[in-house]
Amino acid sequence: MSLENQRPTIEELEDKARILRRHIIEMTTEAGSGHPTSSLSATEVVTAIYFGGFLNYNAAEPDWTERDRFIMSKGHAVPALYAAMAEAGYFPVEDLATLRKLGSPLEGHPNVRRLAGIEASTGSLGQGLSVGLGQALGCRIDGLDSRVFVVMGDGEMGEGQVWEAIATAHKYQVGNLTAIVDQNGYQQTGATSDVLDLTPFAPKIESFGWHVQTINGNDMSEVVAALETAVDITDRPTAIVAETQKGFGILPVLEEAGDMNFHGQALPAEVAEKALAHLG
Amino acid sequence: MAIGDKSGLSPGGATRDAFGKALETLGERFPEVVVVDGDVGNSTRTEAFAKAFPDRAFNVGIAEANMVSVAGGLASCGKTPVVASFAAFLLCNAYDQIRMSVTFPAQNVKLVGSHSGISIGEDGPSQMGIEDVALACSLPGMTVIVPCDEISTGKATEEMLQREGPVYLRLGRPAVPRIYEDDSEFVIGRANQLRDGDDLTIIANGLMVAVALDAAAELSDQGISARVLDMHTVKPIDEPAVAAAARETQAIVVAEEHSANGGLGSAVAIAVSRTTPVPIAYVNTGDCYAESGDPDGLLEKYGLTSGRIVEAARSVKAN
Repeated sequence: MSLENQRPTIEELEDKARILRRHIIEMTTEAGSGHPTSSLSATEVVTAIYFGGFLNYNAAEPDWTERDRFIMSKGHAVPALYAAMAEAGYFPVEDLATLRKLGSPLEGHPNVRRLAGIEASTGSLGQGLSVGLGQALGCRIDGLDSRVFVVMGDGEMGEGQVWEAIATAHKYQVGNLTAIVDQNGYQQTGATSDVLDLTPFAPKIESFGWHVQTINGNDMSEVVAALETAVDITDRPTAIVAETQKGFGILPVLEEAGDMNFHGQALPAEVAEKALAHLG
Repeated sequence: MAIGDKSGLSPGGATRDAFGKALETLGERFPEVVVVDGDVGNSTRTEAFAKAFPDRAFNVGIAEANMVSVAGGLASCGKTPVVASFAAFLLCNAYDQIRMSVTFPAQNVKLVGSHSGISIGEDGPSQMGIEDVALACSLPGMTVIVPCDEISTGKATEEMLQREGPVYLRLGRPAVPRIYEDDSEFVIGRANQLRDGDDLTIIANGLMVAVALDAAAELSDQGISARVLDMHTVKPIDEPAVAAAARETQAIVVAEEHSANGGLGSAVAIAVSRTTPVPIAYVNTGDCYAESGDPDGLLEKYGLTSGRIVEAARSVKAN
Protein backbone atom coordinates (compact mmCIF):
# COMPACT_ATOMS: atom_id res chain seq x y z
CA MET A 1 0.00 0.00 0.00
CA SER A 2 1.32 3.42 -0.87
CA LEU A 3 0.90 6.30 1.51
CA GLU A 4 0.54 9.92 0.57
CA ASN A 5 2.67 11.22 3.38
CA GLN A 6 5.58 9.13 2.20
CA ARG A 7 5.61 10.49 -1.33
CA PRO A 8 8.93 9.76 -3.01
CA THR A 9 10.98 12.58 -4.46
CA ILE A 10 10.67 13.51 -8.11
CA GLU A 11 14.11 11.98 -8.69
CA GLU A 12 13.02 8.71 -7.14
CA LEU A 13 9.90 8.66 -9.30
CA GLU A 14 11.93 9.45 -12.40
CA ASP A 15 14.18 6.53 -11.63
CA LYS A 16 11.13 4.31 -11.17
CA ALA A 17 9.86 5.49 -14.56
CA ARG A 18 13.21 4.53 -16.07
CA ILE A 19 12.86 1.03 -14.61
CA LEU A 20 9.29 0.75 -15.98
CA ARG A 21 10.54 1.81 -19.41
CA ARG A 22 13.20 -0.89 -19.36
CA HIS A 23 10.52 -3.46 -18.50
CA ILE A 24 8.27 -2.19 -21.30
CA ILE A 25 10.96 -2.56 -23.93
CA GLU A 26 12.25 -5.87 -22.63
CA MET A 27 8.84 -7.52 -22.35
CA THR A 28 7.53 -6.38 -25.73
CA THR A 29 10.71 -7.29 -27.57
CA GLU A 30 10.68 -10.68 -25.82
CA ALA A 31 7.02 -11.09 -26.87
CA GLY A 32 7.83 -10.03 -30.41
CA SER A 33 4.74 -7.82 -30.53
CA GLY A 34 2.89 -5.17 -28.59
CA HIS A 35 2.79 -1.41 -28.30
CA PRO A 36 5.94 -0.21 -26.57
CA THR A 37 5.85 3.37 -27.84
CA SER A 38 2.19 3.83 -26.74
CA SER A 39 3.25 2.54 -23.32
CA LEU A 40 6.31 4.79 -23.08
CA SER A 41 4.30 7.98 -23.58
CA ALA A 42 2.17 7.14 -20.52
CA THR A 43 4.99 5.98 -18.26
CA GLU A 44 5.30 9.12 -16.11
CA VAL A 45 1.54 9.12 -15.52
CA VAL A 46 1.43 5.43 -14.59
CA THR A 47 4.55 5.73 -12.41
CA ALA A 48 3.25 8.75 -10.53
CA ILE A 49 -0.16 7.20 -9.90
CA TYR A 50 1.21 3.87 -8.65
CA PHE A 51 4.33 5.04 -6.82
CA GLY A 52 3.63 8.69 -6.06
CA GLY A 53 1.14 7.94 -3.30
CA PHE A 54 -1.97 8.69 -5.36
CA LEU A 55 -3.35 5.16 -5.64
CA ASN A 56 -4.30 3.28 -2.49
CA TYR A 57 -3.85 -0.40 -3.23
CA ASN A 58 -2.75 -3.58 -1.59
CA ALA A 59 -0.90 -5.90 -3.94
CA ALA A 60 -1.30 -8.75 -1.44
CA GLU A 61 -5.07 -8.22 -1.41
CA PRO A 62 -5.98 -6.90 -4.87
CA ASP A 63 -9.74 -6.99 -4.15
CA TRP A 64 -9.45 -4.90 -0.98
CA THR A 65 -12.80 -3.10 -0.87
CA GLU A 66 -11.50 0.34 -0.03
CA ARG A 67 -8.85 0.44 -2.73
CA ASP A 68 -8.60 3.08 -5.41
CA ARG A 69 -8.90 1.90 -8.97
CA PHE A 70 -6.75 2.32 -12.06
CA ILE A 71 -8.08 1.60 -15.55
CA MET A 72 -5.88 1.51 -18.63
CA SER A 73 -8.58 2.39 -21.14
CA LYS A 74 -6.00 2.55 -23.95
CA GLY A 75 -5.55 -1.15 -23.34
CA HIS A 76 -2.74 -1.58 -25.85
CA ALA A 77 -0.51 0.40 -23.46
CA VAL A 78 -0.90 -2.31 -20.83
CA PRO A 79 2.86 -3.08 -20.76
CA ALA A 80 3.25 0.15 -18.77
CA LEU A 81 0.62 -1.13 -16.32
CA TYR A 82 2.12 -4.62 -16.07
CA ALA A 83 5.53 -3.06 -15.41
CA ALA A 84 4.05 -0.95 -12.60
CA MET A 85 2.14 -3.90 -11.15
CA ALA A 86 5.24 -6.07 -11.12
CA GLU A 87 7.21 -3.33 -9.38
CA ALA A 88 4.32 -2.88 -6.95
CA GLY A 89 4.41 -6.57 -6.04
CA TYR A 90 1.31 -7.95 -7.72
CA PHE A 91 3.43 -10.64 -9.36
CA PRO A 92 7.14 -11.37 -9.81
CA VAL A 93 9.08 -9.12 -12.17
CA GLU A 94 10.29 -12.24 -14.02
CA ASP A 95 6.69 -12.90 -15.12
CA LEU A 96 6.86 -9.84 -17.38
CA ALA A 97 8.79 -12.04 -19.81
CA THR A 98 5.62 -14.12 -20.31
CA LEU A 99 3.74 -11.19 -21.88
CA ARG A 100 1.40 -12.31 -24.68
CA LYS A 101 2.46 -15.94 -24.39
CA LEU A 102 -0.01 -18.81 -24.24
CA GLY A 103 -1.08 -19.49 -20.67
CA SER A 104 0.21 -16.19 -19.29
CA PRO A 105 -2.22 -13.91 -17.44
CA LEU A 106 -0.31 -11.02 -18.97
CA GLU A 107 -2.44 -10.88 -22.09
CA GLY A 108 -2.00 -8.50 -24.99
CA HIS A 109 -4.72 -6.30 -23.52
CA PRO A 110 -5.91 -6.20 -19.88
CA ASN A 111 -8.21 -9.04 -18.83
CA VAL A 112 -9.81 -8.91 -15.37
CA ARG A 113 -10.51 -12.61 -15.45
CA ARG A 114 -6.87 -13.50 -15.81
CA LEU A 115 -4.95 -11.09 -13.61
CA ALA A 116 -5.85 -9.87 -10.12
CA GLY A 117 -5.35 -6.13 -9.86
CA ILE A 118 -6.66 -5.38 -13.34
CA GLU A 119 -9.80 -3.30 -12.82
CA ALA A 120 -11.31 -3.36 -16.32
CA SER A 121 -10.96 -5.49 -19.41
CA THR A 122 -10.10 -3.08 -22.18
CA GLY A 123 -8.82 -3.15 -25.71
CA SER A 124 -11.96 -2.04 -27.49
CA LEU A 125 -11.32 1.68 -27.20
CA GLY A 126 -13.67 4.19 -25.65
CA GLN A 127 -15.18 2.15 -22.83
CA GLY A 128 -12.78 2.56 -19.91
CA LEU A 129 -14.08 5.94 -18.80
CA SER A 130 -17.65 4.63 -18.64
CA VAL A 131 -16.53 1.63 -16.60
CA GLY A 132 -14.57 3.97 -14.34
CA LEU A 133 -17.65 6.16 -13.96
CA GLY A 134 -19.65 3.10 -12.93
CA GLN A 135 -16.98 2.23 -10.36
CA ALA A 136 -16.90 5.79 -9.07
CA LEU A 137 -20.69 5.69 -8.64
CA GLY A 138 -20.52 2.25 -7.03
CA CYS A 139 -17.95 3.44 -4.49
CA ARG A 140 -20.07 6.49 -3.78
CA ILE A 141 -23.19 4.39 -3.11
CA ASP A 142 -21.16 2.41 -0.58
CA GLY A 143 -19.83 5.56 1.08
CA LEU A 144 -16.24 4.83 0.08
CA ASP A 145 -13.99 7.72 -0.87
CA SER A 146 -12.08 5.58 -3.35
CA ARG A 147 -10.83 7.39 -6.44
CA VAL A 148 -10.86 5.99 -9.95
CA PHE A 149 -8.08 6.93 -12.40
CA VAL A 150 -8.63 6.25 -16.10
CA VAL A 151 -5.88 6.65 -18.69
CA MET A 152 -7.11 7.20 -22.25
CA GLY A 153 -5.39 7.86 -25.54
CA ASP A 154 -5.86 10.98 -27.65
CA GLY A 155 -6.85 8.80 -30.60
CA GLU A 156 -9.33 7.07 -28.33
CA MET A 157 -11.11 10.39 -27.81
CA GLY A 158 -12.60 9.84 -31.27
CA GLU A 159 -14.94 7.28 -29.72
CA GLY A 160 -18.31 8.91 -29.04
CA GLN A 161 -18.80 6.90 -25.88
CA VAL A 162 -16.00 8.85 -24.20
CA TRP A 163 -18.05 12.01 -24.53
CA GLU A 164 -21.17 10.23 -23.26
CA ALA A 165 -19.21 9.33 -20.14
CA ILE A 166 -17.83 12.86 -19.78
CA ALA A 167 -21.37 14.27 -19.91
CA THR A 168 -22.76 11.72 -17.47
CA ALA A 169 -19.93 12.16 -14.96
CA HIS A 170 -20.83 15.84 -14.86
CA LYS A 171 -24.53 15.09 -14.40
CA TYR A 172 -23.79 13.01 -11.32
CA GLN A 173 -21.04 15.38 -10.10
CA VAL A 174 -18.70 12.45 -9.70
CA GLY A 175 -15.89 13.92 -7.64
CA ASN A 176 -13.85 10.73 -7.33
CA LEU A 177 -13.10 10.23 -11.02
CA THR A 178 -9.91 11.43 -12.70
CA ALA A 179 -9.36 10.96 -16.43
CA ILE A 180 -5.92 11.34 -17.95
CA VAL A 181 -5.66 11.86 -21.70
CA ASP A 182 -2.28 10.64 -22.90
CA GLN A 183 -1.98 13.05 -25.80
CA ASN A 184 0.97 11.51 -27.60
CA GLY A 185 -0.12 12.83 -30.96
CA TYR A 186 -0.14 9.59 -32.90
CA GLN A 187 -2.59 6.82 -33.62
CA GLN A 188 -2.50 3.72 -35.75
CA THR A 189 -2.18 5.21 -39.22
CA GLY A 190 -0.46 8.47 -38.42
CA ALA A 191 -0.64 11.78 -36.59
CA THR A 192 -3.81 12.30 -34.61
CA SER A 193 -3.96 15.83 -36.03
CA ASP A 194 -4.32 14.29 -39.51
CA VAL A 195 -6.70 11.45 -38.63
CA LEU A 196 -9.30 13.23 -36.48
CA ASP A 197 -8.12 16.34 -34.74
CA LEU A 198 -10.05 16.92 -31.54
CA THR A 199 -7.52 19.25 -29.97
CA PRO A 200 -7.59 21.30 -27.91
CA PHE A 201 -9.09 18.83 -25.45
CA ALA A 202 -9.10 21.08 -22.40
CA PRO A 203 -11.81 23.56 -23.44
CA LYS A 204 -13.99 20.76 -24.79
CA ILE A 205 -13.86 18.72 -21.59
CA GLU A 206 -14.12 21.88 -19.48
CA SER A 207 -17.30 22.83 -21.31
CA PHE A 208 -18.90 19.69 -19.85
CA GLY A 209 -18.24 21.00 -16.34
CA TRP A 210 -15.04 19.14 -15.55
CA HIS A 211 -11.93 20.56 -13.91
CA VAL A 212 -9.16 20.26 -16.49
CA GLN A 213 -5.41 20.77 -16.38
CA THR A 214 -3.06 20.63 -19.36
CA ILE A 215 0.50 19.61 -18.60
CA ASN A 216 3.66 18.16 -20.03
CA GLY A 217 2.86 14.53 -19.30
CA ASN A 218 6.46 13.41 -19.60
CA ASP A 219 7.64 15.86 -16.92
CA MET A 220 7.37 14.03 -13.61
CA SER A 221 7.10 17.13 -11.47
CA GLU A 222 4.24 18.44 -13.62
CA VAL A 223 2.48 15.08 -13.48
CA VAL A 224 2.78 14.88 -9.69
CA ALA A 225 1.60 18.48 -9.25
CA ALA A 226 -1.40 17.89 -11.53
CA LEU A 227 -2.38 14.70 -9.68
CA GLU A 228 -2.08 16.54 -6.34
CA THR A 229 -4.50 19.17 -7.62
CA ALA A 230 -6.86 16.57 -9.11
CA VAL A 231 -7.23 14.45 -5.98
CA ASP A 232 -8.00 17.52 -3.90
CA ILE A 233 -11.05 18.26 -6.05
CA THR A 234 -14.01 16.25 -4.84
CA ASP A 235 -17.02 18.17 -6.08
CA ARG A 236 -16.67 17.37 -9.79
CA PRO A 237 -14.77 15.09 -12.14
CA THR A 238 -11.23 16.03 -13.07
CA ALA A 239 -9.19 15.56 -16.22
CA ILE A 240 -5.51 15.93 -16.95
CA VAL A 241 -4.55 16.44 -20.56
CA ALA A 242 -1.04 15.04 -20.56
CA GLU A 243 0.84 16.26 -23.60
CA THR A 244 3.34 13.51 -24.21
CA GLN A 245 5.57 12.07 -26.88
CA LYS A 246 5.01 8.59 -28.21
CA GLY A 247 8.14 6.62 -27.39
CA PHE A 248 9.34 9.18 -24.85
CA GLY A 249 12.57 8.09 -23.23
CA ILE A 250 14.03 6.53 -26.35
CA LEU A 251 13.23 9.20 -28.93
CA PRO A 252 16.78 9.44 -30.37
CA VAL A 253 16.76 5.69 -30.89
CA LEU A 254 13.41 5.83 -32.73
CA GLU A 255 14.71 8.73 -34.81
CA GLU A 256 17.73 6.69 -35.81
CA ALA A 257 15.43 3.76 -36.64
CA GLY A 258 13.46 6.14 -38.87
CA ASP A 259 9.97 5.77 -37.36
CA MET A 260 8.73 8.19 -34.73
CA ASN A 261 5.36 6.44 -34.41
CA PHE A 262 6.42 2.82 -34.31
CA HIS A 263 2.81 1.91 -33.59
CA GLY A 264 1.84 -1.59 -32.61
CA GLN A 265 5.16 -3.28 -33.03
CA ALA A 266 7.89 -4.45 -30.73
CA LEU A 267 11.35 -3.03 -31.20
CA PRO A 268 13.63 -5.44 -33.05
CA ALA A 269 16.32 -6.86 -30.76
CA GLU A 270 19.06 -4.55 -31.97
CA VAL A 271 16.87 -1.44 -31.62
CA ALA A 272 15.75 -2.62 -28.18
CA GLU A 273 19.37 -3.01 -27.17
CA LYS A 274 20.11 0.56 -28.18
CA ALA A 275 16.99 1.74 -26.39
CA LEU A 276 17.99 0.00 -23.16
CA ALA A 277 21.51 1.41 -23.42
CA HIS A 278 20.00 4.86 -23.95
CA LEU A 279 17.81 4.51 -20.87
CA GLY A 280 20.69 3.25 -18.76
CA MET B 1 -60.35 -14.12 -32.33
CA ALA B 2 -57.64 -13.11 -29.86
CA ILE B 3 -54.55 -15.07 -28.96
CA GLY B 4 -55.38 -17.62 -26.29
CA ASP B 5 -59.09 -17.84 -27.08
CA LYS B 6 -58.91 -21.24 -28.77
CA SER B 7 -57.06 -22.72 -25.85
CA GLY B 8 -59.26 -21.06 -23.26
CA LEU B 9 -56.59 -18.84 -21.72
CA SER B 10 -57.64 -15.83 -19.72
CA PRO B 11 -56.31 -12.39 -20.61
CA GLY B 12 -53.23 -11.07 -18.82
CA GLY B 13 -50.94 -8.06 -18.86
CA ALA B 14 -47.70 -7.22 -20.63
CA THR B 15 -44.47 -8.87 -19.56
CA ARG B 16 -42.78 -5.46 -19.30
CA ASP B 17 -45.39 -4.39 -16.75
CA ALA B 18 -44.84 -7.54 -14.73
CA PHE B 19 -41.09 -6.96 -14.78
CA GLY B 20 -41.43 -3.37 -13.58
CA LYS B 21 -43.72 -4.41 -10.76
CA ALA B 22 -41.46 -7.30 -9.71
CA LEU B 23 -38.32 -5.16 -9.79
CA GLU B 24 -39.88 -2.54 -7.54
CA THR B 25 -41.14 -5.22 -5.13
CA LEU B 26 -37.77 -6.99 -5.04
CA GLY B 27 -35.83 -3.77 -4.47
CA GLU B 28 -35.94 -4.12 -0.68
CA ARG B 29 -34.84 -7.74 -0.68
CA PHE B 30 -31.97 -7.12 -3.09
CA PRO B 31 -30.18 -4.04 -1.74
CA GLU B 32 -27.33 -4.37 -4.26
CA VAL B 33 -29.67 -3.93 -7.22
CA VAL B 34 -29.28 -0.64 -9.08
CA VAL B 35 -31.01 0.46 -12.26
CA VAL B 36 -29.20 2.05 -15.20
CA ASP B 37 -31.61 3.56 -17.70
CA GLY B 38 -31.13 5.13 -21.12
CA ASP B 39 -34.11 7.45 -20.73
CA VAL B 40 -36.78 4.89 -21.53
CA GLY B 41 -37.66 3.95 -17.95
CA ASN B 42 -41.33 4.74 -18.47
CA SER B 43 -41.39 2.30 -21.41
CA THR B 44 -39.30 -0.48 -19.84
CA ARG B 45 -41.10 0.07 -16.52
CA THR B 46 -37.98 0.54 -14.43
CA GLU B 47 -39.55 3.86 -13.50
CA ALA B 48 -41.30 2.38 -10.46
CA PHE B 49 -38.00 1.14 -9.02
CA ALA B 50 -36.36 4.51 -9.71
CA LYS B 51 -39.13 6.29 -7.81
CA ALA B 52 -38.94 3.87 -4.88
CA PHE B 53 -35.12 3.86 -4.72
CA PRO B 54 -33.89 7.14 -6.21
CA ASP B 55 -30.34 6.69 -4.89
CA ARG B 56 -30.06 3.39 -6.70
CA ALA B 57 -31.22 4.53 -10.14
CA PHE B 58 -29.23 6.31 -12.83
CA ASN B 59 -30.66 7.76 -16.02
CA VAL B 60 -27.61 8.35 -18.21
CA GLY B 61 -29.60 9.78 -21.09
CA ILE B 62 -29.86 8.51 -24.62
CA ALA B 63 -26.45 6.86 -24.55
CA GLU B 64 -26.76 3.08 -24.61
CA ALA B 65 -23.03 2.45 -24.96
CA ASN B 66 -22.20 4.44 -21.85
CA MET B 67 -25.21 2.95 -20.06
CA VAL B 68 -23.95 -0.62 -20.45
CA SER B 69 -20.31 0.12 -19.58
CA VAL B 70 -21.35 2.12 -16.50
CA ALA B 71 -23.33 -0.94 -15.44
CA GLY B 72 -20.19 -3.05 -15.90
CA GLY B 73 -18.31 -0.68 -13.59
CA LEU B 74 -21.06 -0.79 -10.99
CA ALA B 75 -21.06 -4.59 -11.12
CA SER B 76 -17.31 -4.66 -10.52
CA CYS B 77 -18.04 -2.83 -7.25
CA GLY B 78 -20.42 -5.59 -6.14
CA LYS B 79 -23.65 -4.01 -7.36
CA THR B 80 -26.25 -5.90 -9.37
CA PRO B 81 -27.08 -3.46 -12.16
CA VAL B 82 -30.30 -3.91 -14.10
CA VAL B 83 -29.94 -2.22 -17.48
CA ALA B 84 -33.17 -1.85 -19.38
CA SER B 85 -33.89 -0.47 -22.82
CA PHE B 86 -35.71 -1.50 -25.96
CA ALA B 87 -34.36 -4.89 -27.02
CA ALA B 88 -33.18 -3.49 -30.35
CA PHE B 89 -31.29 -0.57 -28.84
CA LEU B 90 -29.79 -2.54 -25.98
CA LEU B 91 -28.47 -5.47 -27.98
CA CYS B 92 -27.80 -3.85 -31.33
CA ASN B 93 -26.59 -0.41 -30.24
CA ALA B 94 -24.51 -1.48 -27.26
CA TYR B 95 -23.40 -4.91 -28.41
CA ASP B 96 -19.68 -4.30 -28.07
CA GLN B 97 -20.19 -2.73 -24.66
CA ILE B 98 -22.08 -5.85 -23.58
CA ARG B 99 -19.18 -7.91 -24.88
CA MET B 100 -16.36 -5.84 -23.37
CA SER B 101 -17.95 -4.54 -20.16
CA VAL B 102 -20.29 -7.40 -19.26
CA THR B 103 -19.68 -10.86 -20.72
CA PHE B 104 -15.91 -10.80 -21.34
CA PRO B 105 -15.19 -9.70 -17.75
CA ALA B 106 -18.13 -11.89 -16.57
CA GLN B 107 -19.80 -9.05 -14.68
CA ASN B 108 -23.05 -9.59 -12.82
CA VAL B 109 -25.12 -7.32 -15.06
CA LYS B 110 -28.79 -7.98 -15.84
CA LEU B 111 -29.83 -6.78 -19.29
CA VAL B 112 -33.53 -6.31 -19.92
CA GLY B 113 -34.83 -5.72 -23.44
CA SER B 114 -38.42 -4.59 -23.76
CA HIS B 115 -40.35 -4.05 -27.00
CA SER B 116 -39.04 -7.25 -28.51
CA GLY B 117 -40.46 -8.73 -31.68
CA ILE B 118 -42.89 -7.35 -34.23
CA SER B 119 -45.86 -7.13 -31.86
CA ILE B 120 -44.82 -3.62 -30.83
CA GLY B 121 -46.81 -2.64 -33.92
CA GLU B 122 -47.13 0.87 -35.26
CA ASP B 123 -43.68 2.21 -34.33
CA GLY B 124 -42.23 0.01 -37.02
CA PRO B 125 -39.15 -2.09 -37.77
CA SER B 126 -36.52 0.32 -36.39
CA GLN B 127 -37.98 -0.28 -32.92
CA MET B 128 -38.50 -4.05 -33.30
CA GLY B 129 -35.96 -6.33 -31.65
CA ILE B 130 -35.90 -9.36 -33.90
CA GLU B 131 -32.16 -10.07 -33.75
CA ASP B 132 -31.68 -9.68 -30.01
CA VAL B 133 -31.92 -13.33 -28.93
CA ALA B 134 -29.35 -14.38 -31.53
CA LEU B 135 -27.00 -11.61 -30.47
CA ALA B 136 -27.40 -12.39 -26.78
CA CYS B 137 -26.96 -16.15 -27.27
CA SER B 138 -23.69 -15.68 -29.14
CA LEU B 139 -22.04 -14.05 -26.13
CA PRO B 140 -20.11 -16.55 -23.98
CA GLY B 141 -21.54 -16.89 -20.47
CA MET B 142 -24.82 -15.13 -21.20
CA THR B 143 -28.09 -16.58 -19.92
CA VAL B 144 -31.07 -15.75 -22.18
CA ILE B 145 -34.65 -15.80 -20.87
CA VAL B 146 -37.85 -15.13 -22.83
CA PRO B 147 -40.86 -15.38 -20.50
CA CYS B 148 -44.37 -15.78 -21.87
CA ASP B 149 -46.68 -14.16 -19.33
CA GLU B 150 -46.90 -11.89 -16.31
CA ILE B 151 -46.48 -14.56 -13.67
CA SER B 152 -43.45 -16.22 -15.21
CA THR B 153 -41.92 -12.80 -15.87
CA GLY B 154 -42.17 -11.92 -12.19
CA LYS B 155 -40.52 -15.21 -11.28
CA ALA B 156 -37.91 -14.81 -14.01
CA THR B 157 -37.05 -11.36 -12.64
CA GLU B 158 -36.48 -12.78 -9.19
CA GLU B 159 -34.45 -15.73 -10.49
CA MET B 160 -32.40 -13.39 -12.65
CA LEU B 161 -31.44 -11.28 -9.65
CA GLN B 162 -30.48 -14.38 -7.68
CA ARG B 163 -28.40 -15.83 -10.49
CA GLU B 164 -24.71 -14.89 -10.62
CA GLY B 165 -23.48 -13.61 -13.98
CA PRO B 166 -24.77 -11.91 -17.11
CA VAL B 167 -28.44 -12.45 -17.98
CA TYR B 168 -30.58 -11.16 -20.84
CA LEU B 169 -34.31 -10.98 -20.09
CA ARG B 170 -36.50 -10.38 -23.15
CA LEU B 171 -39.84 -8.65 -22.72
CA GLY B 172 -42.75 -7.65 -24.91
CA ARG B 173 -44.88 -4.57 -25.24
CA PRO B 174 -48.47 -5.87 -25.65
CA ALA B 175 -50.69 -7.61 -23.12
CA VAL B 176 -50.46 -11.40 -23.42
CA PRO B 177 -52.69 -14.20 -22.11
CA ARG B 178 -52.11 -15.65 -18.71
CA ILE B 179 -50.41 -19.05 -18.90
CA TYR B 180 -49.35 -19.78 -15.34
CA GLU B 181 -50.80 -19.82 -11.84
CA ASP B 182 -49.22 -17.95 -8.96
CA ASP B 183 -47.69 -21.14 -7.59
CA SER B 184 -46.36 -22.44 -10.92
CA GLU B 185 -42.72 -23.42 -10.96
CA PHE B 186 -40.17 -21.39 -12.87
CA VAL B 187 -36.56 -22.51 -12.97
CA ILE B 188 -34.01 -20.97 -15.32
CA GLY B 189 -32.88 -23.61 -17.80
CA ARG B 190 -35.81 -25.93 -17.23
CA ALA B 191 -38.62 -26.00 -19.79
CA ASN B 192 -42.22 -26.19 -18.61
CA GLN B 193 -44.46 -28.72 -20.28
CA LEU B 194 -47.84 -27.05 -20.65
CA ARG B 195 -49.62 -29.80 -22.53
CA ASP B 196 -48.75 -33.41 -23.17
CA GLY B 197 -48.99 -35.07 -26.56
CA ASP B 198 -47.63 -37.98 -28.59
CA ASP B 199 -47.59 -36.91 -32.22
CA LEU B 200 -45.28 -33.91 -32.12
CA THR B 201 -43.94 -31.20 -29.81
CA ILE B 202 -44.36 -27.47 -30.23
CA ILE B 203 -41.49 -25.65 -28.53
CA ALA B 204 -42.18 -21.95 -28.06
CA ASN B 205 -41.36 -18.98 -25.89
CA GLY B 206 -42.59 -15.44 -25.29
CA LEU B 207 -45.78 -14.42 -27.01
CA MET B 208 -45.71 -17.59 -29.11
CA VAL B 209 -46.43 -19.86 -26.14
CA ALA B 210 -50.08 -18.81 -26.10
CA VAL B 211 -50.20 -19.12 -29.89
CA ALA B 212 -48.73 -22.62 -29.58
CA LEU B 213 -51.42 -23.62 -27.09
CA ASP B 214 -54.06 -22.37 -29.54
CA ALA B 215 -52.42 -24.43 -32.27
CA ALA B 216 -52.37 -27.51 -30.04
CA ALA B 217 -56.12 -27.09 -29.46
CA GLU B 218 -56.71 -26.85 -33.22
CA LEU B 219 -54.51 -29.89 -33.86
CA SER B 220 -56.41 -31.81 -31.23
CA ASP B 221 -59.63 -31.11 -33.15
CA GLN B 222 -57.90 -32.64 -36.17
CA GLY B 223 -56.90 -35.72 -34.20
CA ILE B 224 -53.25 -34.73 -33.74
CA SER B 225 -51.90 -34.79 -30.24
CA ALA B 226 -49.31 -32.05 -29.65
CA ARG B 227 -47.04 -31.58 -26.66
CA VAL B 228 -46.30 -27.94 -25.84
CA LEU B 229 -43.10 -26.84 -24.12
CA ASP B 230 -42.51 -23.31 -22.82
CA MET B 231 -38.78 -23.00 -23.55
CA HIS B 232 -38.42 -19.74 -21.63
CA THR B 233 -34.69 -20.20 -21.30
CA VAL B 234 -33.01 -20.20 -24.71
CA LYS B 235 -29.55 -20.41 -23.20
CA PRO B 236 -28.71 -22.68 -21.52
CA ILE B 237 -31.40 -24.63 -23.33
CA ASP B 238 -33.08 -27.54 -21.55
CA GLU B 239 -31.46 -30.22 -23.68
CA PRO B 240 -32.99 -33.18 -21.78
CA ALA B 241 -36.49 -31.77 -22.38
CA VAL B 242 -35.75 -31.25 -26.07
CA ALA B 243 -34.25 -34.72 -26.39
CA ALA B 244 -37.24 -36.31 -24.63
CA ALA B 245 -39.62 -34.44 -26.93
CA ALA B 246 -37.70 -35.62 -29.99
CA ARG B 247 -37.53 -39.18 -28.78
CA GLU B 248 -41.13 -39.44 -27.60
CA THR B 249 -42.95 -37.44 -30.28
CA GLN B 250 -40.57 -37.78 -33.26
CA ALA B 251 -41.31 -34.31 -34.67
CA ILE B 252 -40.84 -30.73 -33.50
CA VAL B 253 -42.15 -27.30 -34.40
CA VAL B 254 -40.31 -24.29 -32.98
CA ALA B 255 -42.28 -21.04 -32.69
CA GLU B 256 -40.74 -17.71 -31.72
CA GLU B 257 -41.18 -14.00 -32.33
CA HIS B 258 -37.67 -13.55 -33.73
CA SER B 259 -35.85 -13.67 -37.03
CA ALA B 260 -35.15 -17.07 -38.56
CA ASN B 261 -31.52 -17.33 -37.54
CA GLY B 262 -29.84 -17.63 -34.19
CA GLY B 263 -32.87 -17.69 -31.91
CA LEU B 264 -34.82 -20.48 -30.25
CA GLY B 265 -35.06 -22.39 -33.54
CA SER B 266 -31.29 -22.58 -33.83
CA ALA B 267 -30.87 -23.56 -30.20
CA VAL B 268 -33.46 -26.35 -30.51
CA ALA B 269 -31.93 -27.55 -33.78
CA ILE B 270 -28.52 -27.87 -32.14
CA ALA B 271 -29.98 -29.74 -29.17
CA VAL B 272 -31.97 -32.07 -31.42
CA SER B 273 -29.05 -32.81 -33.74
CA ARG B 274 -26.81 -33.51 -30.75
CA THR B 275 -29.26 -35.92 -29.15
CA THR B 276 -32.10 -37.40 -31.22
CA PRO B 277 -32.28 -36.13 -34.81
CA VAL B 278 -35.93 -35.77 -35.91
CA PRO B 279 -37.64 -33.43 -38.42
CA ILE B 280 -38.09 -29.82 -37.24
CA ALA B 281 -40.28 -27.07 -38.71
CA TYR B 282 -39.84 -23.42 -37.85
CA VAL B 283 -42.32 -20.60 -37.29
CA ASN B 284 -40.69 -17.18 -36.90
CA THR B 285 -40.54 -13.77 -38.58
CA GLY B 286 -38.33 -15.13 -41.34
CA ASP B 287 -35.28 -13.51 -42.85
CA CYS B 288 -36.79 -10.08 -43.30
CA TYR B 289 -37.79 -6.87 -41.56
CA ALA B 290 -41.45 -6.29 -40.86
CA GLU B 291 -43.29 -2.97 -41.18
CA SER B 292 -45.53 -0.59 -39.26
CA GLY B 293 -49.06 -1.70 -38.52
CA ASP B 294 -51.40 -2.95 -35.88
CA PRO B 295 -49.90 -5.81 -33.84
CA ASP B 296 -52.54 -8.40 -34.75
CA GLY B 297 -52.26 -7.53 -38.42
CA LEU B 298 -48.48 -7.82 -38.26
CA LEU B 299 -48.57 -11.20 -36.53
CA GLU B 300 -50.96 -12.41 -39.22
CA LYS B 301 -48.98 -10.98 -42.13
CA TYR B 302 -45.60 -12.20 -40.88
CA GLY B 303 -46.80 -15.68 -40.06
CA LEU B 304 -46.90 -15.78 -36.28
CA THR B 305 -50.32 -17.41 -35.99
CA SER B 306 -51.72 -20.66 -34.67
CA GLY B 307 -52.72 -21.48 -38.25
CA ARG B 308 -49.08 -21.33 -39.31
CA ILE B 309 -48.05 -23.57 -36.46
CA VAL B 310 -50.78 -26.05 -37.46
CA GLU B 311 -49.51 -26.02 -41.06
CA ALA B 312 -45.94 -26.51 -39.85
CA ALA B 313 -47.05 -29.37 -37.61
CA ARG B 314 -48.86 -31.13 -40.44
CA SER B 315 -45.91 -30.72 -42.80
CA VAL B 316 -43.35 -31.92 -40.29
CA LYS B 317 -45.49 -34.96 -39.50
CA ALA B 318 -45.80 -35.74 -43.21
CA ASN B 319 -41.99 -35.95 -43.51
